[in-house]
Amino acid sequence: MAGVTFENVTKKFGELYVVRDLSMEIPDKEFLVLVGPSGCGKSTTLRMLAGLDTITSGIIRIGDRIVNNLAAKDRDIAMVFQSYALYPHMSVYDNMAFGLTLRKMPESEIATRVQEAATLLGIEGLLKRKPRQLSGGQRQRVALGRAIVRNPDVFLLDEPLSNLDAKLRVQTRAEISKLHQRLGTTFIYVTHDQVEAMTMATRIAVLNLGVLQQLGTPQEVYERPVNTFVAGFIGSPATNFFPSVLKREGESIVADLGAFQLPVAPEHQKPLAPYIDKEIITGVRPEHIHDAEFQPPSTDVAVIRARADVTEMMGNESLVHLVAGDHSFLGRMDPRTQARPGSEMQAAIDIGSLMFFDLETELAIR
Amino acid sequence: MAAPSEAIEQRELAAGGERQTFGDRVRVFVPRIPLHLVLVAVIVLWSVPTIALLISSFREPQLISSSGWWNALTPPWDFTWSNYDAVLNQRGMGRAFVNSLLITIPVTLLVLFVASMAAYAIAWMEFPARNVLFLVMVALLVVPLQMTLIPVLRLYSTLEVDVEVPIIGGKLFGTSSYAGIWLAHTAYGLPFAIFLLRNFFGSLPRDLFESAYLDGASDLRVFFSIVLPLSMPALAALAIFQFLWTWNDLLVALILLGDPELAPMTLRITSLVSSFGSSYQLLTAAAFVSMAVPLLIFFALQRYFVQGILAGAVKG
Repeated sequence: MAGVTFENVTKKFGELYVVRDLSMEIPDKEFLVLVGPSGCGKSTTLRMLAGLDTITSGIIRIGDRIVNNLAAKDRDIAMVFQSYALYPHMSVYDNMAFGLTLRKMPESEIATRVQEAATLLGIEGLLKRKPRQLSGGQRQRVALGRAIVRNPDVFLLDEPLSNLDAKLRVQTRAEISKLHQRLGTTFIYVTHDQVEAMTMATRIAVLNLGVLQQLGTPQEVYERPVNTFVAGFIGSPATNFFPSVLKREGESIVADLGAFQLPVAPEHQKPLAPYIDKEIITGVRPEHIHDAEFQPPSTDVAVIRARADVTEMMGNESLVHLVAGDHSFLGRMDPRTQARPGSEMQAAIDIGSLMFFDLETELAIR
Repeated sequence: MAAPSEAIEQRELAAGGERQTFGDRVRVFVPRIPLHLVLVAVIVLWSVPTIALLISSFREPQLISSSGWWNALTPPWDFTWSNYDAVLNQRGMGRAFVNSLLITIPVTLLVLFVASMAAYAIAWMEFPARNVLFLVMVALLVVPLQMTLIPVLRLYSTLEVDVEVPIIGGKLFGTSSYAGIWLAHTAYGLPFAIFLLRNFFGSLPRDLFESAYLDGASDLRVFFSIVLPLSMPALAALAIFQFLWTWNDLLVALILLGDPELAPMTLRITSLVSSFGSSYQLLTAAAFVSMAVPLLIFFALQRYFVQGILAGAVKG
């Protein structure tokens, strides 16, 4: 059991920076999710940790050992690949036993480990089958089982759910989380799906273009995003951003968005003071835009007029695309909303949840 | 055998829970009759020359020259083993048959062994100039075999080791040695073999290898435990190609195997032609003896042959 440390790790392919100066410390037993859009360097980071890609500069430690020059098989890690990478010509049992056989473990111990893992994952009945005789979900469990029998210091998972259908994905998410609790080992998980990140991680590392944007718990990353990228990436549907100008109105500050104005909550006033009369970016999450008729009680709201452009009924909520002046934005509203395409309505915006970002640096203003 | 779509229709009927009635099967089969007829006609047309030869090989020489082979299909049935007897026991064909095996089998095994390792290295191992090496090897396919025969012959004469090899005969090395012809055939066969296998190996998914490396497998282990088992279709197809090519080779044996004791069947049959120009009965029998082994190999490995043609084109 060990934690992982990245110290200024960089990966270049020729002149192209794929991972740039990544530093993070992952304590033992953590479930860390590396999340970001395609090409952000998350898979490369995982592969450098696994030993499948070389490191251009920097140091990676597993526990106390520096593993930069250690062969993949000596790093005491196990990996679950996106395509599962099961050996097609071997039975499930042999697939799971392969790594142990190579390490010259006695037959009896191999049998015990494989049985335990198979029972844990509910695949005991499949041990004699070949991968082509298994469903996608079953193959995934075999891939997990193959990693579990190795009893590694760290589990690496590279987008293991992307090949599953939506329903199976939800089910397997919970199972992987339970597995993590059960095994008590460090899990490092790569995905482009922020829902997986939010639901499974103890901490999330958001990456973009090879650079670590923010490392924090799901709650931190959601409520206090460090820049517009994180605010826009985490949470679905994405955060609405409005260019705005801060104005002083008497004792308080107001964000002037052109078509309407939003008062700034008292707790945000102090850090925003230097930005008065300057242009900033205001961010509002769709879940904080309500139909004024059904606004949640005891929240500080600002009511604005807008026209509903498109409504998407989800059953449990309605996604309403709103237009006000030159702004188009999205709100997640109570399903009883009367908003229909083309109708005027009143939207209540929760001003306590407003986020403000510097226009040039795109960093959050706090 | 029902055409694939028939089989699917029949399966669908069965899957629907209904028992297939005779009427169902007739209904599915009848529209396909014209297609089957055409297929049968093509097969018959294609096979007629070979069947004719086969029948002729069982007839007495006088009968062959006096009547057409189709006459043998009607009574009286005058078939005889004498041609085969003559060919195998009296004209040295028995020894030639063994020589063919002695040449072809080691060559096929050598080519499979060397080419698979070379292809694996080129496909999956990093080393300098590997692409250049591959290109050069494939470029060798362009070189006409005939151009190399004299230089190789000269080389062999220089490297001659005139020591008698026990059991199989011939010299230790040089012209008229098995080692020499094995080497030559292997060299001629490698460019194509490496090309075929490298493309096939290259189509294996990368993460299969990565998973194996993480499991602790060395390159050699990956080669034997993963690459070879998964490449059976390509290897079988290569074995068939190489076997056929070597078994049917005349030119290389003619030039590089001077000693008539070591002559394979191809050489032996040509000597039959020169000494007995119109002995059709011996020629047909000899031809079939020569064909027997490759046919056996082909039928044994034929399902791999079809897969092998697609090897590298479509990932299995």
